[in-house]
Amino acid sequence: MSILIDKNTKVIVQGLTGKTGTFHTEQALAYHGTQMVAGTHPKKGGTQWQGANGETLPIFASVGEAKEATGANASVIYVPPPGAAAAIEEAIDAEIPLIVAITEGVPVLDMVRVKEKLDKSKSRLIGPNCPGVLTPDECKIGIMPGSIFKRGSVGVLSRSGTLTYEAVFQTTNVGLGQTTAVGIGGDPVKGTEFIDVLEMFLADDATQSIIMIGEIGGSAEEDAAQFLADEAKKGRSKPTVGFVAGRTAPPGRTMGHAGAVISGGKGGAEDKIEAMKAANIRVSDSPAKLGETLMDLLNS
Amino acid sequence: MNIHEYQAKQVLKGYGAPVADGVPILSADHIDKAVDSLPGPVWVVKSQIHAGGRGKGKFKELGADAKGGVRVSFSAEEAKANAHEMFGNTLVTKQTDPNEDAPLTERTGKQVNRLYIEDGADIERELYCSILVNRETGKVAFVASTEGGMDIEAVAEETPDKIHTIDVDHSKGVTDAIVEKLIAAFKLEDAAAEDAKSLFPTLYKAFTETDMSLLEVNPLIVMTDGQLRVLDAKVSFDNNAEFRQQDLQDLRDLTEEDEKEIEASKYDLSYVALDGDIGCMVNGAGLAMSTMDIIKLYGAEPANFLDVGGGATTEKVTAAFKIITADPKVKGILVNIFGGIMRCDTIAEGVVAAVKDVGLKVPLVVRLEGTKVEEGKKILNESDVDVTAADDLDDAAQKIVRAVKG
Repeated sequence: MSILIDKNTKVIVQGLTGKTGTFHTEQALAYHGTQMVAGTHPKKGGTQWQGANGETLPIFASVGEAKEATGANASVIYVPPPGAAAAIEEAIDAEIPLIVAITEGVPVLDMVRVKEKLDKSKSRLIGPNCPGVLTPDECKIGIMPGSIFKRGSVGVLSRSGTLTYEAVFQTTNVGLGQTTAVGIGGDPVKGTEFIDVLEMFLADDATQSIIMIGEIGGSAEEDAAQFLADEAKKGRSKPTVGFVAGRTAPPGRTMGHAGAVISGGKGGAEDKIEAMKAANIRVSDSPAKLGETLMDLLNS
Repeated sequence: MNIHEYQAKQVLKGYGAPVADGVPILSADHIDKAVDSLPGPVWVVKSQIHAGGRGKGKFKELGADAKGGVRVSFSAEEAKANAHEMFGNTLVTKQTDPNEDAPLTERTGKQVNRLYIEDGADIERELYCSILVNRETGKVAFVASTEGGMDIEAVAEETPDKIHTIDVDHSKGVTDAIVEKLIAAFKLEDAAAEDAKSLFPTLYKAFTETDMSLLEVNPLIVMTDGQLRVLDAKVSFDNNAEFRQQDLQDLRDLTEEDEKEIEASKYDLSYVALDGDIGCMVNGAGLAMSTMDIIKLYGAEPANFLDVGGGATTEKVTAAFKIITADPKVKGILVNIFGGIMRCDTIAEGVVAAVKDVGLKVPLVVRLEGTKVEEGKKILNESDVDVTAADDLDDAAQKIVRAVKG
């Protein structure tokens, strides 16, 4: 089993005709035949997209049309920042169940607008500013490198793209493999938080352990730790390893991700690490020891 | 992007918010004229730097006994004397250098190249009002407190019940109900409560239309005549919205920014200067932060945060590497790449090109993993660059710390 996506997921690409969309769609098609079914472009409806290896996909003028014609149940967004929020809104209006926004640099007030619409909708949004979602050997949505994955038992979730890769690579190397990896994204306002994904991993029978990677800024890690502690009291728990990036980050400076900033005395790494430890999460002090720490926890 | 107080007030005034009359001074020659253009009887001379705590700050050149970075003056002559004394000197505040126990001469400050001279106000009460994005709810929110003029972090710590957070629904904006909540939170009455009905929607409009990420009015004052006025204002804009806020780019003051950060921003590199001696080049913000953390874990300090991003070209990598090597503090460099979109061969080519251009005088440790890793390693091995290869991040951090610390 897995969460969010599997071999039956059919994916539309918004922003397919650009360079980034094209490259990652080729990669997704090559990854165990992920079902990329269509692209959208307001002015290029009725044309065909062609990849470097001769792959083709139909282009529709709108997400609604593409969904109607292909039965797609997911959409991935590579649209540049000025149009990204409108692209998400179009997918929400078309009632696409899963929307994954890869785009980095969406204005935060655009996301405030999107979030209000999203909360009243039937859609789930992952991102923006995220690497996407990948279920090994079945489906790849987004930009994660498929070669480091191995089908297995660890649920991986992270605010950071490259640290997701670290966790995936290390769990592959120690032989555990992954059920699904989810990058929730580095922006302050986003579609899906840690808690939502943790709930899915707890409910998924194939997921036997979890690696959760946070970073400075906000209080999502503290909320997630509290959620896991509360669920554990109800008898729902899985061995979990945590990591928080940014212990040495200076206050008031945004560290690359728009959401990674310690402000008003809040969002520091130490508080998050303490909250994780209090929730019985095994915290790794090095991003190089995520796999090792999980093995230790599983063997203890 | 941060802007100065006087610029923030100009933006707010443009939306109709009540601010005092004032004149910015960008050259010492303009001081006397500026003071004379204001009627008095009270002139406030305010240092314009991108840091808080100016009032309690001290000028390095003037010593600990001299007055601070914001001076109230009761005659034109006094205002001029204050302004001349302040202009061009270095203001040290708890934000420019948090180490308040160190001697003044050893602390880091900011040179005051701009002053703002403003009409004084008769203050009855000082309030705290800010607008920001509430990450927990995903909504724009007002933060209101009757404890204005103080360090709001201390208020939040000591008396959290005195801070009210009031969310605004994007589709509804600042409704009458929200204004009522703010009036209650600030305990406003009569003329002030009447002023509030226009002020709070005005501040919200300015915030949303200019893509601010923070608007802090501290203090917002109730004057003795009962009216509200923005006495101090701090504004930051959302960098992600730069593409649709081109007009605001004129407000950027490059002298307030680190030279290396300005250079990095030209190449769209995410760079933050730090105080340590190990330069870092990493892909991905999370990995870049973790690389800093792991350097510290092994007993050294990072010189910078640098995320080259996902789609970096060889030119961009070369520029990044040059920015790091140009920093005289850097005694060793750690390149840490986990290629996803970023290809390891691109990184290797960029590093080799940069070293060819500017040379390499410090130890270099490179850890490559992920997309095109073999090609990347090959390029480095076959070049003349003196590289120490590392197996993983742990190994890389230990090797560079050892190389720098000996």
